[in-house]
Formats: sequence, C-alpha cells, structure tokens
Amino acid sequence: MSDTDRTRQRPDDEGAAVGSRRALPVPDLSLVVLIGATGSGKSTFAARNFRPTEVLSSDACRGLVSDDENDQTASSDAFDVLHYIAGKRLAAGRLTVVDATNVQSAARAQLVKLAREHDVLPVAVVLDMPEALCAERNAARSDRAGLPRRVIQRHQRELRRSLRHLEREGFRKVHVLRGPEEAAAAQVVTERRFNDLRHLTGPFDIIGDIHGCRSELESLLTKLGYALARDTSGRAVDAVHPEGRTAVFVGDLVDRGPDSPGVLRLVMGMTAAGHALCVPGNHENKLGRYLKGRTVRPTHGLAETIEQLDKEDDALRSEAAAFVQGLVSHYVLDGGALVVCHAGLPEKYHGRTSGRVRSFALYGDTTGETDEFGLPVRYPWAEEYRGRAAVVYGHTPVPRADWLNNTLCLDTGCVFGGAMTALRWPERELVDVPAERVWYEPVKPLAGEAPGGADGRPLDLGDVVGRRVVETRHMGRLAVKEENAAAALEVMSRFAVDPRLLSYLPPTMAPCATSKEEGYLEHPAEAFAAYRADGVREVVCEEKHMGSRAVALVCREGGTAHERFGVPEGLSGALHTRTGRPFFDDPRTTAALIGRVRDAAEKAGLWAELDTDWLLLDAELMPWSLKATGLLRKQYAAVGAASAGVFPGALGALEAAAGRGVDVAGLLARQRERAADAAAFTAAYRRYCWRVDGAAPDGAPPGTAGLSGIRLAPFQILAVQGRSLADVPHTAQLALIDRLAAADGGAAPDGGPGLLTATRRLLVDTEDAASVAAGTDWWLGLTADGGEGMVVKPVQARLRGADGRLVQPGIKCRGREYLRIIYGPEYTRPENLRRLRARHLGHKRSLALREYALGLEALDRLAEGEPLWRVHEAVFAVLALESEPVDPRL
Amino acid sequence: MIRRVFLTISTTGSADRPATDLGYLLHKHPGKAQQFSTSYGTAHVFYPEADAQRCTAALLLEVDAVAMVRRGKSRGGVPDSALGQYVNDRPYAASSLLAVALRSVFGTAMKGECAARPELTGRAMALRIEVPVLPARGGAELVRALFGPLGWSVVAEPLPLDETFPEWGASRYVRLVLEGELTLAGALRHLYVLLPVLDDAKHYWVSDDEVDKLLRAGEGWLESHPEQRVIADRYLARRRSLTRTALERLAVADDADAEDIDNAVDEEADTDEKPVPLAVRRREAILAVLREEQAARVLDLGCGQGQLTGELLKDGRFTEIVGMDVSMRALHEARRRLHPDRMSERQSARVRLVQGSLAYTDARLKGYDAAVLSEVVEHVDPERLPALEYAVFGAARPRAVVVTTPNAEYNVRWETLPAGQVRHADHRFEWTRDEFRRWASEAAERHGYAVGFRPVGPDDPEVGPPTQLACFTRTDEGEGRTGTAGRAGGTDRGDGADRAARSGQAGRARRKIDRNDHVRTEEGAA
Repeated sequence: MSDTDRTRQRPDDEGAAVGSRRALPVPDLSLVVLIGATGSGKSTFAARNFRPTEVLSSDACRGLVSDDENDQTASSDAFDVLHYIAGKRLAAGRLTVVDATNVQSAARAQLVKLAREHDVLPVAVVLDMPEALCAERNAARSDRAGLPRRVIQRHQRELRRSLRHLEREGFRKVHVLRGPEEAAAAQVVTERRFNDLRHLTGPFDIIGDIHGCRSELESLLTKLGYALARDTSGRAVDAVHPEGRTAVFVGDLVDRGPDSPGVLRLVMGMTAAGHALCVPGNHENKLGRYLKGRTVRPTHGLAETIEQLDKEDDALRSEAAAFVQGLVSHYVLDGGALVVCHAGLPEKYHGRTSGRVRSFALYGDTTGETDEFGLPVRYPWAEEYRGRAAVVYGHTPVPRADWLNNTLCLDTGCVFGGAMTALRWPERELVDVPAERVWYEPVKPLAGEAPGGADGRPLDLGDVVGRRVVETRHMGRLAVKEENAAAALEVMSRFAVDPRLLSYLPPTMAPCATSKEEGYLEHPAEAFAAYRADGVREVVCEEKHMGSRAVALVCREGGTAHERFGVPEGLSGALHTRTGRPFFDDPRTTAALIGRVRDAAEKAGLWAELDTDWLLLDAELMPWSLKATGLLRKQYAAVGAASAGVFPGALGALEAAAGRGVDVAGLLARQRERAADAAAFTAAYRRYCWRVDGAAPDGAPPGTAGLSGIRLAPFQILAVQGRSLADVPHTAQLALIDRLAAADGGAAPDGGPGLLTATRRLLVDTEDAASVAAGTDWWLGLTADGGEGMVVKPVQARLRGADGRLVQPGIKCRGREYLRIIYGPEYTRPENLRRLRARHLGHKRSLALREYALGLEALDRLAEGEPLWRVHEAVFAVLALESEPVDPRL
Repeated sequence: MIRRVFLTISTTGSADRPATDLGYLLHKHPGKAQQFSTSYGTAHVFYPEADAQRCTAALLLEVDAVAMVRRGKSRGGVPDSALGQYVNDRPYAASSLLAVALRSVFGTAMKGECAARPELTGRAMALRIEVPVLPARGGAELVRALFGPLGWSVVAEPLPLDETFPEWGASRYVRLVLEGELTLAGALRHLYVLLPVLDDAKHYWVSDDEVDKLLRAGEGWLESHPEQRVIADRYLARRRSLTRTALERLAVADDADAEDIDNAVDEEADTDEKPVPLAVRRREAILAVLREEQAARVLDLGCGQGQLTGELLKDGRFTEIVGMDVSMRALHEARRRLHPDRMSERQSARVRLVQGSLAYTDARLKGYDAAVLSEVVEHVDPERLPALEYAVFGAARPRAVVVTTPNAEYNVRWETLPAGQVRHADHRFEWTRDEFRRWASEAAERHGYAVGFRPVGPDDPEVGPPTQLACFTRTDEGEGRTGTAGRAGGTDRGDGADRAARSGQAGRARRKIDRNDHVRTEEGAA
C-alpha cells in the first residue's frame, strides 16, 4: 500500500489547535477503536465526539445478551454481537466507534482484522488517564463501586505496554490523549478519503491506456477539444479544455511505446495544473519501484522506458518518482456515479482503502494462474459486477470498448496498433484515434471479445430469483414475491426468446368499473368517468383488435441486432407474446413479418425521422386463432361442440314429454333461450378466427414466407435507439403508425396488402357530455357487430393524478357479445349478470399500474444504455407479476 | 348461467312386461317431471315417451356455472380458477357431474332395490342408453373397449369441433348409444364409473373415499374387466388443485393452454414402478463415468423428477448431490419421490433440491467435482444454448461434465416414431452423432475441457446408439485421478467383440417409443 493511499494526513493536523481545542483527524469511513482502562472516560469522549448510533459499546452488548452490563461471563457473547454489528455497519460504509477497554492486543487484533475485512482504516484513540481518576469515576457509579482496584491497575499496565505497538498492529492513525485536560480539549474532525472525489462532477474525458504513445495522446486530446501547451522545446506540458473539462487517465502511461517520458511530462503537467486526474497502472507501480532504486525485472516494455528516461534530465526522473508515489489507487467521482481505476473494481471496494483494494485496482482479479503466453489469467470480475456506479478502467486490451454491466474497458491496445480511446462523461460518448503504427508486437492476440464476450454477457440467477424489490423511477420500489419469480423463471428459461432481444413485456390492463347499465357488464361511461375523476380531459378511444398481444423488435439492417443487442449476426429482430414466447415456431415467418415492417418503416421515412436503426413496437397480432388455437379447440370450440350436440336431443325429448301432457313448459322455454345463447357464443369466438398461410414454403428465402391472412396492428412505438417513446402522446404515436400501415399497402412480393393495420380511434373530452356521448355511440357501433371493444387512454400517455399517483395508462371496455367468450354463453341473463357484477377490480388495477411502471422502467434502462441485467430485471418482474392470482376474466 | 347435461335411458316391452316398468325401477313416475337439487345445480327427470312398447326416461342436469366458479375462490373472494373452469363444457357434456347426479337421483335404482316391485330388480331388460355428448379422452376406440366387454353393443360417433373450421378436427366428444340386455342397476353402475373415467377430468372430486366408491360401484364387473387397470388408474388419478398455480396463470396470460407450459413433469414417464429400460441404461452409464472420475460432489442439472438424483443417493461415494431443475412442479415430484424429509439427517444432508436455470450463471454451482446434464440440452432452444454452455463450462466449471442427449440418427429404429419426428414434444432439436460431437468439441475447446464420447444402449452399426454421452474433463486439472472417460480416444466405442454382439441384438430388437422421450426397448427373440 502506498503511503498516499491512506487518508489526507497533513503533519500540522496532528495536535493542531482549533481555538483552544485539539483536532483529532479521523477518516470519514474508518473503525475507531477507543483504548483505555475502565473509568478512563471512553463513553463520555465517544458521546461528545460521535453520533450515538456510531458508537458500539461492549457494556451495552453485555446488557443485550445477559441483562447485566457488568456480567463479565457474558463478554464472549457480547463481543460476538459487537463484531457482528460493527461488520454490518462497515459493510454499509458507516463510520464505527468501538467503546470497549481494548487494552489487550488480542482484542485489538480482532478489530484490526474486522477493519481489513471491510477495507477501512483502523484508527486508535487512546485515553491514558491517571489510575486515581479512573478509580474515582468508578466509585461514583453504583454498578461499579465494588470493582477491585487491581482491575484498573491491570488495565493501566496493559495499556502502557501496548502504546508503542499500536502502529505495528495495523492502526493507521494513533491519537493518544494523556490526562483529563487533553481528553476534554480533543475534538474529532472527520476528513474525506483521498479517493473520494464525489464532489467533482466534471465533465470528464476518461482516457485509456497510453503506454508511451505520446503522439496519439496529443491527437486524442486535440480531438477531444483540448488546447495543448508546449514548453520552449516544443514539448507538450499541459492541455486545457476551453469548457473546463477534466481529463482522467486510467493509468499505464508508460512502457512499450516510443515516448514514455513525453507522456509523463504531459500528464504530470496536466495533473499539477488541475486539468487532469490520474490513477496508477501496474506499469507505473513497477516504474515507481525502479525509480526508488529497487530491483525490478525490465520486462513487459520497462526496458524501453528506462532507456528513454536515461536520455532525460534527472529532474524529470525525480518528478516522475514523486508523481507515481502520490497516485491514489482509484477515484469515486460525480456524486458516486463514476469510478475510475486501472484494472477494474468490484462495488464493495469503491471508496475503500486497503492493500487488497489497491492491488485489485492495479492488477485486477487475478486467479493466480498464467496462460499459455505466460500472462496472468484474469478473472472476469465485470461479468459479476452489479454496482450502480459506472466503472471505467483499462488494463486488458480489447478490440473495442464495450459496456458490460455498467463497466467499460478503455484499453483498445494503441501500442499494439489498435486505438487510443476516451470516454466523455456524463455524455457516455466514445472518442478514439487509431494507432499511428504497431509500436510493440503483442505477446498474444487481443482478446476476441470484451470480458464476457458477445455470447457471454451473462445474466445471473441472483438478478432475478427470490423475493426482490425493483426500484422504478415512476412508482418507487416494487416487490416481486418469491413464488411468482419462480414461475417466471420457468417460463423465461424454457420458452422465452433470447433475453437480449426481450426488452419489454406489456402490462396487463384493467377493465372499466362494472357498469350498472341494464344488460351490460362493461360500458364506456365508466371509463370516461374514471378519467374525469382523475382530472384527465383528453382521452383517445382506440379500437381493440381481437388478436394476441405482440411485441416486435424491428431492426433496420442485418448487423443492427448484433451491434445494438449483442445477438449473433443475421437476426432481424424478434416477435414475442406477452410472456416473451416467440410467436412463430418457424423463424422464417418471423423474419418475413419483420421484413415487412422494416420495409414499411423505410418507405415511411421513420428511420431518419426517429434517428434510429431499430424500433420496438407494441401491437396486436391477428387472427386470435393463430396463437390461441390450442385454447380455442380445448375450451371455446369444445363448448360450442358440446352445446350443438346436446341441444337438439334435449329439446326433442322435452317437446315429446310436453306432447304427452307432462308439465315441462318452463324447462322447455329456458332450454330454447339457452340454445340461442350457445349459438351466440359460437358466433362470438368465430369472429376472431380465420385461416392463415403462416408457414414459409420449404427452402423459401426470408421475405417470401406466406403471411396472407396475418395482420399486425401496432399501436405504440415503445422505444428507439437511445430513447423511450412511452411519453409520446398517443395521437402522435397513431399518426406514425398510420404512415407505417399506409406504406405497407401491397408492397410486399407476395402481394398481400394489409399486413400492417391501422387502428381506428376517436378523441373524447371527458368534461364534454356531447363528446362522451359520441364516444359511447362509437363504441356501440364497434361492438354491435361483434368487435372486441376499445381501450381508452389519456392522450398524453403518462400522467399523474391530483394525488401525484400514476394514472392508469389505459382502461378497456369490452363489447357485450365479446364478453360471452369470457363470462360464458349465458352471462347476459339477468340472474347471471346480477351475480357477475360483484367484480373485485382493485387487485387488477394495482397490478396494471405496477406492471406499467416496470415496463416504463425497462424502456428507460434500455434507452440509457444500462447493462442487460438491469433491463432484464424489470422485464422479468413484469412476467413474475403476471403470475399473481387475479380473476382471469378481468 | 345454468346449462345442461343430458342422457336418456330407454327400454322396450310388451303387454305382459310393459316398458313402463322402467318407472318403478327408477323410482320416478312417468307422468311427472321431477327435479332434484345437487351440489352443482338442478337435475330434472322426465319421460319423453312412456307406454307399454317403449319407455324413455331423460335425465337433464342444469349446471349453475356461476356458482361453480365461486367454489374456487381464493384471496378476497376473487375466483382464481383456471380459464377452463368458468368457460367450460361441463354444463353440456356428460361427465363426472352427470355421474354425481346419477347417484343422487337414481341412487336406489343403482343399488338394485325396488320395494314396490322387487321381482323386477334382478331381471335383464332391453336397454338403450343415449348420451348425445360424452367427453371421451381416448376416443371412440376406448369407449368401445370400456363398454363392449360388459355386454353392450356400442355406437360411438366422434363429434366435430367446429364445422366452420374442419382443420381443427374432431372434438373430444362422442355421441354414445349403448344397447343391450342388462339389469338397470348394472347399467347405471357402468355409467357411474365409466363416464368420469372417459372424461378423465381432474377437477371435481377431491374426496378420499373414492376407492370405496369405486369398489362398490364396480362390484361384479370391474374385477374381470380387461381394461380394469385403465379404469382404476383414471378413476383414482391424482386430482389437481382447484387453484391455479402461478405457472398456469402465465399460460392464461398468453391465451395458451396450461398444459402447453406446465409440462415439465410427465407423470407416466419412467416411474419407479415402470422404469424405462433405456433410462436405466443411461443412469448406469452416467454413474460409471462419475465413479471413474472419482466425483464426490455432483450436480444433477435438470434433475426432473429426481430419478438420477435418487440413484446417486444410493452410493455413499457421492457425498454431496445437488438436484436442480427450473420446474417447480418437477422439484415437487422429486421431493415426493425422494422424500428427503423422511431420510436420516446424515442422508438428507447429502442431497439438496433447488430451483435454478442454466439460462443464467449461478454462483451456487461453483466448485463441484462433476455436473450431469442428462437429456437436458435438447430441451433448450438452439439460440439459447450458448448461455447454457457458458453457465456450465464457463461459470460453474466443475472438474467433469457429463452430457447425454438422444441420437437423432437412431430414430429410424423406433417403429412407432413417424419419420422426421422428435422423440418428445418439448425437444427443440435432436442431434446426429456428428452434430453432437461438433457442439461438444467446440464447447470443450472454448472452455478448456477435453471431451470423449460413449454410446448408451445398443450401438447400431449404421445409426449408432439411441443415446449419446459426452464426458468433458477440465484440462487445467489433470492430476490425481484415474478416470479415463474424458481422455481423447479410448472410450469412444467398446471393443470389437462386444460391439458385434450388441449390433446383432440391435438388429433383432423391436423397439417402441411411448409418448415420452423415453424409449422403451423390447428385446426380441435374442
């Protein structure tokens, strides 16, 4: 560990007077160990200098486990409790003070170990008080009055013996307070750790490994907009950005390349002028040891640096030695959103200070093995990274800088003939310049992929299973129950499309409140009233296409899906159901359908207009019978077949009995009415069934698969590259969709016009009675001939009500005939309607909102380029919620 | 929504033995229409015809479907029944409901009691029973097989599902007409047992006294019935819960049938009672490899119902066994089969059954000696195999990995398997030997494993064995083991003589495949 990796420790701090007080500097994240005999005033000191929750007292812990704060036989259990709580606090990054005598080295050793386990600094504060004072204080306390004098004497002896060894025991700071005056005058002052630069918000330009490539560095800085300052010999000694941006170097400035001294000169100049920050790389570390005169093997390009330095004056050498000596292993920047280090850093090490943190930051997570080229095998820590802060690092040359789980490796192997890459933060833009030549032959070829690789980008089970809470921007924390996650895991694993192509699952939708209108279970009046009550005036009524919900990812070009979503080459997108299952078994059918949408988008000019190369569409795919054949055959047609088979015979038998004079008149009349209901039921489901030619002929190229009979009615463009469109008003959305549908008309080679279907709609003002009446009439017209009904949505898409809560994104009003399929052939009979009106909508509404918020979250995370697991987490949660128990008829 | 199920019972007669005697036997007066309350609605009995020559009694059950749904209430009084329970065919089709109605309306007749005319009860009469809509899983063939041996002449005509969509095929209903000279009590008991057996619905009876009921109603005919096994199995089949599982709800969300998704457990496949020979061979082969590799801590990834996990438990060399499956239902079955809660502490400490998925990396799987993926990869969509490969070879990285999968080339030897078809509906692919070797070799290469191959089952000279096995061993850890399976060459094939013997057998063997993976080999004359 470098000296400077400790906290800021100016010599004048120690013992400096603050007024009449003496300041005791303590790092803001440390384990403060109070040391002093019983009665030395530790608790008083702690109470005066720390918050009560920061102080863990062994006496209190004794009380917790034994009901007696002075029961020495309970000490072992009490310290277990104390260590446990201290561990939890330190893991959470909280300053912790241990108030116990701690006069024995064994007791302190445990605390030093605990501090190291959590990568924080142990600090000792010794209260060395006269024995008489301690005795006097104990005597004044009723519970300690009987404490033998020899206990205090023993404590004093042990304390004196310890004093000299505290530094060696591992305490990074030792404050000794002698006598009551010093103790009373001392004041603890917390200070920021060196690596904590959260207050700096940049903007930053983070620059990858340089390895002596001074010329490329100058080009890159220039490309980034920096103005180079040169000394009289024309050597670059500083670079300034006109907008005050700060450069951040990830280390490995030196070795292998043509001008390591030049790079050092420029970087040191920028750092000294406050124009740059720099973290050390392993190569600086080794150079530092060389410059200090230690024996190092001049391998891995160090020989070149030594040779180049030998031509420089001594000033540069000593300046470089001091510079390297002063580098801090990593920086936490921008409010904690950004961590910069050389070789990567897991979240638990962010902002921590210990030897192993430094070692990880410099060398990465080495497995201790070496590969066939004699280079250390590096453990792919980034694959497991789940932290909120972006980690930007270098160290491992990769062909291309790629985000992986919110980490980015910027070493694109400039010295090996690759490129030098920088990241603009917070813009997250990559800027690079190519190497001017191969400066150094690589020992082994550059890794084929960024860590994890295109196939790897692994999702971890820990991201999805168990009881989970997903943080959403629009609805706060949403919980997923374990059993629902378990069901979702099975469907996601066994049936879903590749998770990389599954960026969204549609939420369930609540129906309108149950109508009191005679003969109706659902009626638009209730939907309009609901939005009126929420203060929403402008709503759009959208025709509900009776098909199956479908989400389509449509990519513009062959390489788009590979580039944007990391799937293998050749996929044009995906088409999946509301539980993420692919719509078609034959990928050629999917490709053909996506091809049609892509062509329509091209023709309609959407790619350029939306500045994207992919579209994510929410849609309805028709006919219903295409995907629901199994259900139709097993449930709906079965009901029809059974009723068609039973009624003629039953009616005949009743008529014959009536003919014999048996009184069956009431039964017969009921029977006839219900035969009519059953026929109406069959007619209802048949409306949503028709034949399609969905299968591609064998050997047919994509695009020619038969799609005749299939219709896709998109009603919302959910997202495009870099943006969620979930907030775009529905009127604008539908206008885009209209153009898409118009562009599709008859253009395809198989001549089937109307694959893409527009959605009829009507705008309604919920405060205007005439407008509401028009909306009702429109619905009556749609449903009179068996239409499924409509969905009423706020025109402004995402809205909050007066109470600040999200408003339902849509309310469905299903047609009277359609509902026969849902509630059974005879649901409209008054005695049935009366009972069916007792619907419990609360859970469905809550579910609809929670799923909606999670869907929005997935789109936002996708838009912001968050790692796959973050998008997947939200998508998975939607699926899990879909398995919550709710009346399936709603 | 009151709907109805319907059947008629007719008889013919003459002046001295009038057909209207039926009314006495049924204890229902031919001149009246009567109604009876049952638990699911109202049963009506009336006579469309009743004279000396012909008498027909009709039983019509008005089912109250709204009330039926309300029975399945869960939280907050919200019905949480599967879709099938609120829009369903029960109200129209003869089924278990009708059987219940038969018992409550004609209970006395079924017992063969007739106080008014006791001489009638033992007498066989010319009966004609018509059930216009009878749900019959197993089709007309099974209907004939069930009623035929009881002395009925049987007409069973399948009903179309929807004449508008002939491509949907026949429904699972038949129109049933039974004619024969039987006692009325016997006829009613046949219907009482066989209607629900044919329906094979699992929803309505959950009582424990079903065995008693079956024995009473089956007395005198069931014990000698050639299909006795089918009847008893179906009649007593485990009832599914009235409440939907979370997984079934996801099927409903997709307008899919619950069984399309909740299908990880095949209740008829490879049970302890009826083990499938090839599955036994497969487990033997896997255990042999694990022993050679001296694996003590073993992962059974995709453990299904725990057949292999159970075998591993029998051998004390396997000190830690983790059975993992993505299906909660499969794990439930595995627990039922292994019942770790009844093992000794020492024994149960050796085994854990956990839900997990190879579509994700899983820190719990690190550090094991061996992982087995037996008949697992073919259940994964090909485009998602790289994730599985990484989860196993890249992330979990056990010392050895055993993978078995069907050999597609061998399918031509299954005489019951149509050409081009896979062995199980959930198989996303089946590999030829070359395809398997290519995948295995590439996966091994990518992740630092060596791989060797072995046949499982008779190694046919032309098409190879029914099951192929690959054993992967980590190359960065070669010392200290005596195992050979993973080394190149060697274990690929048995020695020549053995192979010849096996191929001879294979040529003569007749093989069948049942509806499952799950190959059954019947050695012929050999």
